[in-house]
Amino acid sequence: MTALTTPAVALPPATPPAPIKTSRRWGTPVAYVVAVLVIGLMLAPVLFIIIGGFRTNAQITTDPSGLPSVWNIGNYLDVLTGGTFWRLVGNSLIAGLATTLGVVLLGLMASYVLARYKFRGRGILYAMFAAGLMFPMTVAITPLYLVVKNLGLMNSLGGVILPQIAFALPTTIIILVPFLKAIPDEIQEAAFIDGCSRLGFFWRMIVPLAMPGVITVGILAFIASWNSYLLPLFILNNDAVFTLPLGVQSFASQYSVDTAKVLAFTSLSMIPALVFFALFERRIVGGLTGAVKG
Amino acid sequence: MSVRESTSTRLEVDLANGGDTGILPVAPPVRRRRSSVGARVEIAVLVGPALIVFLGFVIFPVVMAAYYGFFSWQGYGPPTDFVGFRNYITILQDPTFQEALTHNGIIVVLSLVLQGPVAILLALLLNRKLRGQSLIRVLIFVPYVISEVVVGTGWSLMLQSNGAVNGLLEKVGLGSFSQDWLSNPDIAIWTLMVIITWKYVGFAVILFLAGLQGIPEELPEAAAIDGASFWQIQRHITLPLLAPTLRIWAFLSIIGALQLFDLVYIIWGQYISSTAGTSTMATYLVANGRNAGNYGYGNAVAVVLFLISLIVALIYQRFVLSRDTEGAITEKGTKK
Repeated sequence: MTALTTPAVALPPATPPAPIKTSRRWGTPVAYVVAVLVIGLMLAPVLFIIIGGFRTNAQITTDPSGLPSVWNIGNYLDVLTGGTFWRLVGNSLIAGLATTLGVVLLGLMASYVLARYKFRGRGILYAMFAAGLMFPMTVAITPLYLVVKNLGLMNSLGGVILPQIAFALPTTIIILVPFLKAIPDEIQEAAFIDGCSRLGFFWRMIVPLAMPGVITVGILAFIASWNSYLLPLFILNNDAVFTLPLGVQSFASQYSVDTAKVLAFTSLSMIPALVFFALFERRIVGGLTGAVKG
Repeated sequence: MSVRESTSTRLEVDLANGGDTGILPVAPPVRRRRSSVGARVEIAVLVGPALIVFLGFVIFPVVMAAYYGFFSWQGYGPPTDFVGFRNYITILQDPTFQEALTHNGIIVVLSLVLQGPVAILLALLLNRKLRGQSLIRVLIFVPYVISEVVVGTGWSLMLQSNGAVNGLLEKVGLGSFSQDWLSNPDIAIWTLMVIITWKYVGFAVILFLAGLQGIPEELPEAAAIDGASFWQIQRHITLPLLAPTLRIWAFLSIIGALQLFDLVYIIWGQYISSTAGTSTMATYLVANGRNAGNYGYGNAVAVVLFLISLIVALIYQRFVLSRDTEGAITEKGTKK
């Protein structure tokens, strides 16, 4: 922040900020109106999907944009009682949790070294991980598919998990390194004086202190894995190992005439990610703040 | 704090190790040597796993993509039919690819133009003390969290010619505006832009809000005392201070737009996307590479896509991001 040109406003010497409180209120109603409008726009399609699931196909055909005349929970019950949905959720959960765990563990260890050890090649190592941001999975997808195939991981969740960990590492490292660098040297010195080893310092001090960043990258990795489409599309060709996105798509084409059921299936499949996000919203925003401020 | 468990030898080694912390500025040479070996082992153990996974699943496939791109290869056995740059010539001369590239360009520009101002205004409005602020933030972020498949499935159902959007238009008496939103080539890319804006603007807002919260309150307060209006304060204080965040967001947005795949592929599929005018380089890659069985060709497309992204990124880095000598994600003094 120091590099920015300070705005050409002379700062008055320590004036008590008491009288401003009223002027800060200015325009608040406008903010509320805009907020409500925007939220309406953001939620309308989501609500369409959720509410559509409560309608019947006949209702949807005659009046595609209406409310259910009779709220019909049959579609949702069908989806929830069928085995497909839960199998997809299970697969997505396994893939998501394993990816998250792997990314956090590997990312934290690597970031610790990059942030707090001084050694030759550190800059190059960091640059290489950071350059990973330039390689989207799309670019590497065909050879990646071949690598996974040669490892015998086709049609297994492991074939999705390992590449996802690899491709999430750059973001993770870029977010975590500043966090770890920000931990004051004094803490490290104090710990060393008290007889703490570097690795002990890592587990006892770094991991707890970096928790906000860790949670952020963990959540980002989980949501990315939960929503991931291209990689499972290439790796998983078997219904039994499908993750939710693939399942939703195959369900939508399989039941393309049963719009209401597709909508019910779709809305159920977005719930877990939404719940997850709602629980950790503060952490995500906090982590982004840390990353943005560097 | 139970940090005293370590043995005393360990302590000595670590102190010598941590020479840069200034505790033991002059360590005996032998000790130093041993400790630096220890440090190296630690570095290897800590970085090793990440490095192996990263090299194996990111760098190696990328390098192989570049290699396969020089072959005409259907994916069976090792590639043998070396064709030099012929794949690349075919790609660059293919009008379908040129169209896809154009669409990517349009999407890059429109993403910045549509999302940027909207997100800045929203972030400025939401940055003030509002009741239910955290709820508002969660709700704005909702579309970003929902998977592309769900978004694509939902929107394509809504946008069908007999879907909810046209139904709603008819209901409010604007039936004449109803359209074939998805397959009319004059409109489809705008439809795509609306969906993209809807899905990703929340991310920009959250990022900007995070940036705004890093601005010390004293600055706008001081300006307010000097009689600056709300919008003057935003224009002359907040926005300049938010600039590093804006530049990072624009970078992420540009790269994302160049590599757009999921939404287009799910809503339009591989065939319709090119007739509807929404194909992108990535959908071209999958359609002409893996789906057509031309692995060599597909990899060449991947290389072209990568090079274009890289060039754009380097130019951006050189001319835009370099303004932040110490900014956002770029590290001070770390030439990426």
